[in-house]
Amino acid sequence: MANLLDIRRRIRSVKNTQQITKAMKMVSAAKLKRAQDRVVAARPYAAKMTQVLGRLAARAGDSFHDPLLDERGDQHYLLVLITADKGLAGAFNANLIKAAQIFLQENADKQIELLAIGRKGRDFFRRRQINIVGEYVGLTGKGRIEHEEALDVARDIMRRFTEDESLDKVFIIYNEFKSVLQQRVVVEQLLPVPRVETGPQQTIEYIYEQPPAEIFGRLLPRYVETQVFRALLESVASEHGARMTAMDSATKNAGELINHLTLTMNRIRQAAITKEIIEVVSGAAAL
Amino acid sequence: MAEQIQLEVITPERRVVSERVDAVTVPALGGEIGVLPGHAPLISQIQTGILSYTQGGATHRLHVSGGFVEVSDDQVTVLADVAELPEEIDAARARRAREQAEKILSSFSGDQEEFARAMAKLERSLVRIQLAEEFEAIRR
Repeated sequence: MANLLDIRRRIRSVKNTQQITKAMKMVSAAKLKRAQDRVVAARPYAAKMTQVLGRLAARAGDSFHDPLLDERGDQHYLLVLITADKGLAGAFNANLIKAAQIFLQENADKQIELLAIGRKGRDFFRRRQINIVGEYVGLTGKGRIEHEEALDVARDIMRRFTEDESLDKVFIIYNEFKSVLQQRVVVEQLLPVPRVETGPQQTIEYIYEQPPAEIFGRLLPRYVETQVFRALLESVASEHGARMTAMDSATKNAGELINHLTLTMNRIRQAAITKEIIEVVSGAAAL
Repeated sequence: MAEQIQLEVITPERRVVSERVDAVTVPALGGEIGVLPGHAPLISQIQTGILSYTQGGATHRLHVSGGFVEVSDDQVTVLADVAELPEEIDAARARRAREQAEKILSSFSGDQEEFARAMAKLERSLVRIQLAEEFEAIRR
């Protein structure tokens, strides 16, 4: 049977851990609220952007051509993987990395390069057989993504795409924020921008102040920037959500462990007391 | 006039204005465009400048920079890269930005991109300063 002192020490250590997980949970909860607000605030812009782009595309159909839009081959991919910088967020990073590995397996015959956003993804794939062409570390870690920073990333991706003619497609993997308890790993084609399905929707005849092709050409990069910004915001919100949930269950588990240990400790103590009483009583009887 | 237009000014980060207004003036790339209820559908790029709208006789002005405007069904949607209300503008920062931009422009190095960036910065700072000064004048 375990030593009383050992169990006490164990309880104290678990209590310390519990305090840490509890604090982390509360920090994440506060950050989550802000991240969530930003996701919500960014939605109208993205929605309107998609709408305007769709209308333009519907009007002009396939007559628009743009380096960001035109299909190339299907051989050479760039994979943008958005993970967190920090761990202790449950399966958050593991799910992303798993999705990336599945993607790599499914496209094993293609040449794939990786652009890693977030330390966890970078560290994992640095030890694997894959060419990491770029990395952004420390971006998602501080819990707040500035629009400027997202622009840098988006422009970097577009520059790679337009400069390297052999690069056929860019995919992005990130966690979409569904709710605090739920994240969904999304694999999306970022470039070339997928042509919007032009269903039989009512087309409005616009007055174009500039030629539609010019407006379209200006709109496309902004669309890509918005997509990247949104993905980063969603990812940050998901990260905090995942960490909050993970730390909440860790705190609960620690509580259970403490209860269990306390029970064992009391039992041992009681056993020791009982033993002493028996000794005293049997000692007295022997007199 | 009972008819009004729905004005939405949205940036990638937030919704700046969402109001029912009587008239809007937008700094479009080809010059200012005035929009009244019943305006034909329109799409245009916008440039750095002042967007103003009237609402029940009062005129409101704000700084917008870069982006697009879409008009349809008595709805004006401005997708701006930057949009600031006068009270949000940091006048001191704008003045510093103007000085910096002027310095770069006066010692022009021949770099076209740098020149364009400095020009854009100068324009933005000038609009900001103008709005900030107007705002201070009203408050006094």
